[in-house]
Parts: sequence; structure tokens; C-alpha cells
Amino acid sequence: MQTSDSQVVRVRGLRKRYGSARAGFKDAVAGLDLDVAPGEIVAVLGPNGAGKTTTVEILEGFRDRDAGEVQVLGEDPRRAGRAWRARIGVVMQDSRDMSELTVLEKVRATAASYPDPRDPAEVIGAVGLEEKMRARTRALSGGQRRRLDVALGIIGRPELLFLDEPTTGFDPQARRSFWDLVTGLRDSGTTILLTTHYLDEAAMLADRVVVVRDGVVVASGTPDTLGGPEARTPVVAWDDDGVRRTERTDRPTAVVARLIAAARPDSEIPGLSVTRPTLEDVYLSLIGEAAISDGVGVGAGAGVDDSKEAA
Amino acid sequence: MSTTATTTGLDQREGTARRQPGTLRQGLVRGGVELLQFVRERDSVIFGFAYPILMLAIFATVFGDDDPIVVDGVTVSFAQYFLPGMVATGVMLSTYQTLAISIAVERDDGTLKRLRATPLPATSYFLGKVLLSLVTVLAQTALLLAVAALAFGVPLPDDAGRWTTFAWVFVLGTAAGAVCGVAYSSVPSSGRSASAVVVTPILVLQFTSGVFFPVTQLPGWMLDLSSLFPLKWIAQGMRSVFLPDVMASAEPSGAWQHGATAAVLAAWLVVALVVGARTFRWRRHDDG
Repeated sequence: MQTSDSQVVRVRGLRKRYGSARAGFKDAVAGLDLDVAPGEIVAVLGPNGAGKTTTVEILEGFRDRDAGEVQVLGEDPRRAGRAWRARIGVVMQDSRDMSELTVLEKVRATAASYPDPRDPAEVIGAVGLEEKMRARTRALSGGQRRRLDVALGIIGRPELLFLDEPTTGFDPQARRSFWDLVTGLRDSGTTILLTTHYLDEAAMLADRVVVVRDGVVVASGTPDTLGGPEARTPVVAWDDDGVRRTERTDRPTAVVARLIAAARPDSEIPGLSVTRPTLEDVYLSLIGEAAISDGVGVGAGAGVDDSKEAA
Repeated sequence: MSTTATTTGLDQREGTARRQPGTLRQGLVRGGVELLQFVRERDSVIFGFAYPILMLAIFATVFGDDDPIVVDGVTVSFAQYFLPGMVATGVMLSTYQTLAISIAVERDDGTLKRLRATPLPATSYFLGKVLLSLVTVLAQTALLLAVAALAFGVPLPDDAGRWTTFAWVFVLGTAAGAVCGVAYSSVPSSGRSASAVVVTPILVLQFTSGVFFPVTQLPGWMLDLSSLFPLKWIAQGMRSVFLPDVMASAEPSGAWQHGATAAVLAAWLVVALVVGARTFRWRRHDDG
């Protein structure tokens, strides 16, 4: 474990509850730990209401917390000042603010608040809006507005960039080019904390994935190892007199060979499949949804039970 | 967008320790942004900026010379009588109304939250708003006086004393109106309701503050109520500038009451400043 000084983000035991004594309290964040190392892209995954945005907004200094320790770029966001704000970049989840300013005017005006901003035209080019440079921001499409949001988030040359569900509503091509932009930023040394609903986005971008559920971290790791080897164990499934049978095994070939040996020569084994859980399967099992591969819960059984209790 | 462009264009510099841009400089940038937005939004230009000028033109044309106002044997044209009220209305529209609506809308649509995420100081944000108010109210008043003098033959004062009165009533009224706008911006619960919530009180006050017709025609209680608000005093101060002194006798108190005008406007300035500073929110009511 690295020391707190070398972490860009360090969160311990973060708690935030909403509500009132009369209406009842809800723990949006219930003892969350999080570390982000310099130069890392960390993706925070979780269902709606898991506490992702609340956590990110506490880290950005927008919200107060009820308990826990938070350090962002070595400072407590609750007390951090303008110099600290100049070192972070924020792309918020919902931005509805439209204006009669052009893209270039808006980016330029924002740049004026930073001590060492990037070149506005360069940033607009990087997010792929050169052709819209002189268009009013009100006239931009949803995807173009999102790119403008990103341009405004990185104009100040932030050391740490927050991206809260940045590609919601993008078409596949726009997402692809957005991913190029994000990896480009990481390659140039920007640390990025990303929240997303999209598993492929996390798999593509993140050095590390953190799964949040009910306000706590339920798993953390690289996209390839999330959930541990147990969660990645292949599943062999087949029909036995109309009954679906499944077997989790590290040696699927042996299981299939056994099934072949038991079957009549040259006959098909009905409904045979061998599935290796995808990141999506692992994720769904972690957040307590039924996994999709052949209807088999691949994660800890407790996760599936929990979802039934919650439902 | 290509990957090469992003990696070459967006380098992270090491060891830069430049100073934050100054609050005043950022305020001027914000002022430029506010002005650009204002002139590009046609409805704000027509309904805020041109409103007093249109009203003067319509009323002066309709009533023309047939309805001169006579007080103690001194006659003034309707346009001349109407002008001070329109100057006062313009001051309140360009300050209170413009600021209260725009800040409420900007809070609702997330503009304020976005600004909060940058190192922009709150002071610079308000400086930009004040600059917008100042520029628009100056342009509006100049245009209003020009139209009154050139199109309707309203005689403008030619002595320094009256212009001095004009200056301090104008400055104090503009300042009070601007801080009232900032303070009142927290009242509308959403951006959509902002226009109605902000415009209604100022519209009512226009009728009860002697802007459209002499306050002597109003019931006493209504006049007393209106006397609590800045518009009545700005209008009265402007009448002392643009009307002959004998017309002071047409005021309910029989005098121009410069002392009371200064006191009421200064009180609004201070109270709204304190209330505004305490209640100002970057985020919506429902946003945590």
C-alpha cells in the first residue's frame, strides 16, 4: 500500500446520508474506501443510486460529507481553495446550461480563470469540435455538448480529471473517439476518475475498476481480474432430459469429455455450452443482479440472494 | 478527432507554478461574457432594455399635447412628466429584474455549478453581473433621454445641481437594484418560474410607485406600502431632476425629500447586500 502522499485521491470510511429524521435517512455512501494513484484511470462502476455521483461530488468539493477521511491532491476538498480548484477538472453528469456564446468564446472565458491554461483552439481541436468553433453552444447536439463539457474540464490543464458518466447518449463512433481522447490525456500524465454505466468503456479505459454497491466498494481490480479467479471460472451447461444442468469448472474440456463419453456415439449433447464469464457477468454478479450467462449466477451466491431480498 | 492530435496537443507541463489570474481581470472577462450573452438574447433586449423607451414613446404619442400636466400654473407636457418614471423603471429593470432572472436561471441550469468547479472567485462572477447592469442601464438611460429630448421635445436640465442629483440617485438606485436582484435570485424555486416570480412585484410596484400616474391619486395605504420599496424613491428623485421645482408641491409630502430618498436606497443597498451574501447558493434547492 502506498503512503497517502503519493495518492492523488485517498478516501477512507466515507459516509454521506440524505433525508431527515421524519422521512427517514438513506445512506448514499456507507463507509467507502478509494485510492487513485498518479497517472491512473480508475473507473467507478455501479448501478443507479449506488453512491457514485455523491462520492464524486464530495471529492470535487461540491458536497459535504458526514464522516470519513478525504484527501484529493493532498487537500481536504471541504476546505480547499482556488489554487486547488485550478488543479482539478470537472465534467459533471448533467449539464443543461446553454448559452449564446460560441464554443471558442466559452472555452476562452473559462481559460481566463486558470493560471496556466491550455490553448483554447488546441483543446477544441482535441475534442473534435474545430468545425463548431464559431457555433453557438445552444446549437450543439448532445454529443457535441458533452465534448464541449470535456473541453471546459481540461482547459485548465488539470492534474486530476473527474468524468461523471461522460459518454451517456453518445453514438458508438463518438464514444470511440472520446475514448481516444481520454487515453490521450492519461498518456500525457492526467489522472482520471471516471464513473460509468458501460462495462465496455471501463474495460477499454480503466487501469483499475472499482465496483460500488449500496454505498460501499464490493470489488476492485483490473478489468481482467475483477472479482477474482473464482468469478472467472468457466461454466459448462447442457440439457439433461429437459432439465438445465450447469457445472462450474477450471477444466471445462474434461467435463465435456465426460459428457461425450456418457452420451450415445455420434449424438449431440442438447444445449451444450461453455461460457467464460465476461466483465459484464462478473459485474452483474457483484452488484447482485442475475448474471446472464446461461442463467447461472457466477459470483458469490450471497450476491444473488441479496438481490432477491432487496426486490 | 485523432489519437495523434490528442497526445501531441495536450501535454501536461511539469513544475509550473503560475499565479492565479486576478479577481478584477476575471470579473472583466465575466462582464464581457455577460454583455455578449445579453445582446445576443433578443427577448432580453426587447423586454428589458427597450421597454421604458417603448412605453415613453407610446404614452407620449397617445396622450401627446392634449393632456398637459398643470401644477400651480406651471405646465409640463405629458412626455416630460412621464420621463422620470421611465428612467426609474429602466434602472430597476436593468438591475433587479435582469440579475434576479439571470442568476435564478443560471443556478437552475447548472451554469453556477460549473463556474463553482473552476477557480473563478464569486466576487468576479458578481463583478461581471454588475458590469452588465451598469453598461445596460447607462445605455438605456442615455437612449431614453435622447428619445425624450429629440422626439418629444422634453427639456433636459441645464444646471449642474440637477445633474448632480441625477448622478447620485442613478448610482444609488443602480447599486440597490443590483444587490436586490442578487438577493432575490434565491426566491424563485426554479428557472422556469423565475420570470413570473421576479417580474410580478416590479410590475405591481410600477403602478403603485407613481411611475405611470401621480402618486396623489393612490390610496394612502398603498402609497405607504410602496414607500418601503426603492422604485418609488428613484422615481421621486428623478422627478426632482426633470420637473420644475414647483411640482414638488404635487408630491404627497409636498417636497422632493432627497434625504429620505438617499436613506431608503442606502438601506436597501446594505440590507440586500447582507441578505444576498448570506443566502446566495451555487446549487439548486433540490440539489443536495
